[in-house]
Amino acid sequence: MSKYTEDDLREELKTKQYEYGFYTDIESEKFPKGLNEEVVRAISKKKNEPEWMTEWRLESFRIWSKMEEPEWANVSYKKPNFQDIAYYSAPKQKPKLNSLDEVDPQLLETFSKLGISLDEQKRLANVAVDVVMDSVSVATTFKETLAEKGIIFMPISEAIQKHPDLVKKYIGSVVPPTDNFYAALNSAVFSDGSFCYIPKGVRCPMELSTYFRINEGGTGQFERTLVIADKGSYVSYLEGCTAPQRDENQLHAAVVELIALDDAEIKYSTVQNWFPGDDKGKGGVFNFVTKRGLCETNAKISWTQVETGSAVTWKYPSCILKGNNSVGEFYSIAVTNNFQQADTGTKMIHLGKNTKSTIISKGISAGKSQNSYRGLVQINSRAENARNFSQCDSLLMGNECGAHTFPYIESKNKTAQIEHEATTSKIGEDQLFYCNQRGIDTEKAIALIVNGFSKDVLNKLPMEFAVEAQKLLEISLEGSVG
Amino acid sequence: MDLKDKIISSYVAFEDGLDINTDVHEIRSEAFQNFEKLGFPTKKLEAWKYTSLNSVLNNDYSLFPINRKAVELADVKKYFIHDIDAYKIVFVDGKYSSFLSATTHDGFDVCLMSSALNKPKYKPVIEHYFNKAAKQDNLTSLNTAFAKEGAYIHISRNIEVEKPIQIINFTTGSEQATFLQPRNLIVVEQNAHVQIIERHQSLSEHAVLTNAVTEIFADRHATVDYYKIQNDKTSASLVDNTYIEQKSESTVSVHTFSFGGNITRNNLNFFQKGEHVNSILKGVTILEEKQHVDHHTLVHHIEPNCESHQDYKGIFGERSTGVFNGKVIVEKDAQKTNAYQQNNNILISDRATVNAKPQLEIFADDVKCSHGCTIGQLDNQALFYMQQRGIPKKEAQALLMYAFANTVLESVKIPEVKERITKIIANKLGVNIGFDI
Repeated sequence: MSKYTEDDLREELKTKQYEYGFYTDIESEKFPKGLNEEVVRAISKKKNEPEWMTEWRLESFRIWSKMEEPEWANVSYKKPNFQDIAYYSAPKQKPKLNSLDEVDPQLLETFSKLGISLDEQKRLANVAVDVVMDSVSVATTFKETLAEKGIIFMPISEAIQKHPDLVKKYIGSVVPPTDNFYAALNSAVFSDGSFCYIPKGVRCPMELSTYFRINEGGTGQFERTLVIADKGSYVSYLEGCTAPQRDENQLHAAVVELIALDDAEIKYSTVQNWFPGDDKGKGGVFNFVTKRGLCETNAKISWTQVETGSAVTWKYPSCILKGNNSVGEFYSIAVTNNFQQADTGTKMIHLGKNTKSTIISKGISAGKSQNSYRGLVQINSRAENARNFSQCDSLLMGNECGAHTFPYIESKNKTAQIEHEATTSKIGEDQLFYCNQRGIDTEKAIALIVNGFSKDVLNKLPMEFAVEAQKLLEISLEGSVG
Repeated sequence: MDLKDKIISSYVAFEDGLDINTDVHEIRSEAFQNFEKLGFPTKKLEAWKYTSLNSVLNNDYSLFPINRKAVELADVKKYFIHDIDAYKIVFVDGKYSSFLSATTHDGFDVCLMSSALNKPKYKPVIEHYFNKAAKQDNLTSLNTAFAKEGAYIHISRNIEVEKPIQIINFTTGSEQATFLQPRNLIVVEQNAHVQIIERHQSLSEHAVLTNAVTEIFADRHATVDYYKIQNDKTSASLVDNTYIEQKSESTVSVHTFSFGGNITRNNLNFFQKGEHVNSILKGVTILEEKQHVDHHTLVHHIEPNCESHQDYKGIFGERSTGVFNGKVIVEKDAQKTNAYQQNNNILISDRATVNAKPQLEIFADDVKCSHGCTIGQLDNQALFYMQQRGIPKKEAQALLMYAFANTVLESVKIPEVKERITKIIANKLGVNIGFDI
């Protein structure tokens, strides 16, 4: 039996290199560094946007210029210089594609390295992929199948041209530019993103998926996603990302807005694996994301996330439970290793009657990393019979990392029921011993325990995505997840 | 002139009455400068997110109240736990009342801060302990700057104090609003044991703001039981800062019973500076009207093999607000820590609010840390069950609430204190039953 101990695992985690660190050289069209009103106008012009959109961006820019970077999060990093970032880069080849044959073979190779080969997915997984490569979509598949159902799934820049009414009505309605520093920045300079509209009563027949990637040195990625599920509709949306290895810090400030109208359901799953920096804490992506969903009557929004990457993560997918009987869910696994820092969690704002929310958060810290859960559960005075259950568990590996819990629980209604519990533990020697006794070697036992620890969340991922999630967990916890 | 300016300008006058060539005065001046810089806390500070002092800072307080009205024992007897023999340190408007007190120097010291600060014989103790555990935050600094009077308790080695010590602060405030800043120092040496009961009580309808600081040092093997009874008038507000430093194998428990007052803020801080330390923090809060109680606890686990237990229960009626902000920090070296935190709340009114923030910050891997927090209401089925069996609704509710708070009450070691608390609870819930049934 191999003598694989926790120390070995720790050692392996330390030395494990980022596997997906490669760089695709595609001729980029890139703006010079810096940000001012002219740059905002230029981005808007480049995208050939209508007047109202340009104005909205400029307004956001003005709001942003007056704001200061937030400092309350439990993370420390060298603040990015916002004038030292190029705010637009697009691959030069920008063909409109209907089939995979038309995709640049170099791109296809990149994808196969990532293990997300498009044709395989198309054939096996029944997934339509709207690939975002350095801010501009270059391939969209299954569009025709979706079009038959009346589902709109396209880059947001295209949606601004083709469906201005919908975009105008909903953009900024859940995350207004005034919301926070990064949301304002994103609103001013977002390059592209995905737009999705599910018409009344339609159940989207397949998982919609977007892979975001950062590919150009020194560029920030500002994605904007808008998902609207009209009355009685259902959609499951997947978002995943890997990024090439880089020395300089890259900034990722995305905004995701979900709108679930009456009786609609949105399931939003994320696997995030931006480059986390090397084992000395050098480099890595700054991930400052604002994600929020609005639930109308009887609607349901479910966030599932597997966070393994980024040097600094600052992310709180939230639900505003506005309508009566609406439901919000948040399932999260956050793994930090080396010098990674994660401050992540959720906000559940209960406004309507009989609203329900569930929070399951699992944090795994190794190396010298810091992993924080920060969450808010707010029950407003009219939210009769609101119900919340929160569970935050942390697993520590080694005594150089930290696990922190910052839950905020606010209740103004006597009929509300709120439960919150949190535990912190390590992999118990008795647990390992128990497994060893039964002929399971230590490596497998650790895998078993970590798997069991994260199971509640992994179970919530759609089948097609669970494979990818497993793969990404492997990078962070190689040797422990089998 | 706002309160901060008033306080700052009064400092010169305050200094006039003191010997300023002492080490203590250096600490005072430093603290004063600190307060001058920081001012009063506002809601913008994370630690004060849920509690605003604005409404109480607006009063025109008398900073150095002159007590004109004599306090008769008969009038205030009810505020003592009078059916037990006890040492008493009593202050009226911040001044020591020898008439109401019963102090001692027989083997150990139960006396006054003013004498400890001024008499050479206490100098080594003061030098060693005064302001050594207190944090340098806004209000603690303010208290330190004006530190002059309070209780001074020093229990020497191996002494088990045979009867409890009561510390009571009365305010007569006969003419205007009163601002008080008692400063207590409690040093419990190796293997010694002491029980202390503390109370703040206003005797007038005028506003009172008390900014108290208590430092407790528990040496090896020492045991300290501290009971804070807060059942003041709704015109009185209290900021109670307690700092406790524990050495190896000591046990300190603090029970806080908050039933009264306007705004009450309890900053309770434990620093574990030795192995096998046990810290116990418990509280029952029952509020109505527009009362506001904020329990802000910190347990700092610095050394290995220590424990902490927190259990706070709250029942909130009418337009009251309850805040619980419990923070547990486990340092890298504090392996085998066992930290437990529990906060349960019941809302019995539509306009009451509970804000809870149970925080864990953990840097060591071999620890058991857990916290649980619930907000809910009384179990309707249990109520129905009791009503079915002839217990009126009000009494049934009271019984349930009493049972809810009982996990805290059952660890009270002085029977008379427990009885008193039970009576206050019965009174508060508007029922006339003993809970011994």
